[in-house]
Amino acid sequence: MAEIRIETVAKTFGAFAAVKGVNFTVEHGSFLVILGPSGCGKTTTLRMIAGLELPSAGRILLDGEDVTALPASARDIAFVFQLFALYPHMNVRQNIGFPLRCQNYPRAEIRRGVEEAAKLLRIDHLLDRRVGGLSGGDRQRVALGRAIVRRPKAFLMDEPLGALDSEFRRLMCGELRELHDRIDATTVYITHDQLEAMAMADRIVIMNQGRVEQIGTPQEIYDRPNTMFVADFIGAPPMSFLDVHTSLRRGDRRIRIDGVAVEIPEVFEDRSEGKFAIGVRPENVTFADVSPLRGQVIGAEYLGTTQIVTVMTASGQVKARLPSGNAVRVGESVGLALRPDRISLFDAISGQALSSALHDGGYRG
Amino acid sequence: MAEVALLDVSKSFGAVEAVRGLSLSIADGEFVVLLGPTGAGKTTTLRLIAGLERPDRGDVVIQGRVVTDEVPAERDVAFVFQQYSLYPHLTVYDNLAFPLRSPARRMDETTVRRRVQQVAELLHIEQKLGNRATALSGGEMQRVAIGRALVREPALYLMDEPLSSLDAKLRAELRLELKRIQRELGTTILYVTHDQIEAMTMADRIGVMNEGVLIQLGTPREVYERPSSAYVASRLGTPSINLLPAELLGDDSVPPNVRTVGLRTEHIRISSAGRTGPLARVHWVEHLGDQNHVHLKLDQHSLVTLADPAQELKAGDHVSLEFTEPLYFDQAGNRVGADGLRGHA
Repeated sequence: MAEIRIETVAKTFGAFAAVKGVNFTVEHGSFLVILGPSGCGKTTTLRMIAGLELPSAGRILLDGEDVTALPASARDIAFVFQLFALYPHMNVRQNIGFPLRCQNYPRAEIRRGVEEAAKLLRIDHLLDRRVGGLSGGDRQRVALGRAIVRRPKAFLMDEPLGALDSEFRRLMCGELRELHDRIDATTVYITHDQLEAMAMADRIVIMNQGRVEQIGTPQEIYDRPNTMFVADFIGAPPMSFLDVHTSLRRGDRRIRIDGVAVEIPEVFEDRSEGKFAIGVRPENVTFADVSPLRGQVIGAEYLGTTQIVTVMTASGQVKARLPSGNAVRVGESVGLALRPDRISLFDAISGQALSSALHDGGYRG
Repeated sequence: MAEVALLDVSKSFGAVEAVRGLSLSIADGEFVVLLGPTGAGKTTTLRLIAGLERPDRGDVVIQGRVVTDEVPAERDVAFVFQQYSLYPHLTVYDNLAFPLRSPARRMDETTVRRRVQQVAELLHIEQKLGNRATALSGGEMQRVAIGRALVREPALYLMDEPLSSLDAKLRAELRLELKRIQRELGTTILYVTHDQIEAMTMADRIGVMNEGVLIQLGTPREVYERPSSAYVASRLGTPSINLLPAELLGDDSVPPNVRTVGLRTEHIRISSAGRTGPLARVHWVEHLGDQNHVHLKLDQHSLVTLADPAQELKAGDHVSLEFTEPLYFDQAGNRVGADGLRGHA
């Protein structure tokens, strides 16, 4: 399988810059997910890797070979789209074998390839069925079969599960990842669904407005977001931010929120007085009667096992994920405790995370 | 008086019974969500109310009026579809204004302008009013489609998975927005989804559907805490409920007619091995960000539960399990109480 390198790749459509100088490497055999809101440039990036768009600048290397100017057909890459189109008048075997037939493979080789692909996807018992009568999942598997039958160097997938319902999507996530491991593929996968990304990716690239915001393992991105955009984009509900106006010194382990000293991971840089944001995830907030950091409950969303309680403090809104058994009344005043080793600190103007014991790897997740 | 009612409605398409003997009433100002997998009959139910399908049997009542024989335009409902259908040659403004300019409800342009402006602000698309509909992102198009329903003030809104094509963050935002708008305006909404979070957070009542049948109707808390069957229990909760054979518990307090025990993550307490209770092995810990799932092996059975962030577990660890207040299901999958009887739990 292949290594894909994206070097300062940019793409403009007229006056609109869709991708603004993106760098990343997809290693041999790894599963990389590009995640971002609609319009962030993720699909354009994928289409450039596929050869469906020509970059305005930068280079794309496939196994060290510069393929930037090569057409899609010369790249040995398979593309799986969201809306998989199967040929309804053909059976499963003919659908999967179609790409090989187009390239005039000998019949015996087509047969062997199709059967291998079908076995990998566990649809070998369906080979002689018409595609019309298949369930959504099996149709999706046939579409994947058509992609893997060529044994390409890499798979590019553009929200292949987007049209499926949520339970089924979760099942297919597991299957796709397993398939990727079984055939030792290199996969670049696009989604706007963070659960999909978390469940499948070795590494996630978060894009925003044509730029890369962060690259890391799912856990890194979740626990140590580089920017407020990432902190806000990942997590459901996202990270809460409390505004503070202060100065910081290297070695500080406390910060004052609304006059109350709160423990934070050790700060590794000196910063003059300015606006900062303290970021905390809902599962790291608990209610503590004795805490002097107080707020008023303004809402509770029941989710079954847990509930999301929104608390308004003098420094901003905080969301807490609490067991749904805890009785919470809208309007009541509560004390908040924030788990100290999981607090992120951001420059509120630039949105960048400050260097700290958490963000510089002092904490081992 | 019920705003909308379905009275024993059935609808078949050829050999497929899409909706079977469905009765449902929705109060004025209520937000009801129909939850179920693909093919459960949710969309057909909406289409029957809208008048896009005619029932084989039963009646549809809107504001006390039997509308079964009325065409869609006479029914005073607004439909928001999963796939947004905008007029590509019109601007966002004109798309939003379109329903107000129809000959049936002529409105003066000042009123149209005010309504469009209001709705555009509500949905955060006021910057895009001058754009062509085709120059929008998918999320923006769907907001315009929702906006086009909101500019009118019908008796009932029917929404068919309107948020499913949006990204997670936008979906979460619009979920809260839609609930807020519904509460503020006191609108009546029947909403269809397969997303349990949407159902739990927005609904006053959830109707769980499967294979054309409305299985249970109740508040989110009722449906979650007192599911009528193992099927309903498995529709709600993340990670989903663990269903295990009753004998695995080896507990004398389990009524004899109980075949399956349902254990949600909050019914399972994990402590270090050696304590009393069944012994399990940690298979793996799955990091999903806000939720870390612990996969356990108990004999040959798999259990999934939420990891306590304060508890450090790793693959291969042996742990003791304690089960608190599990749900009991009989042979047929119906829930029974601790006394072994139905309807007493």
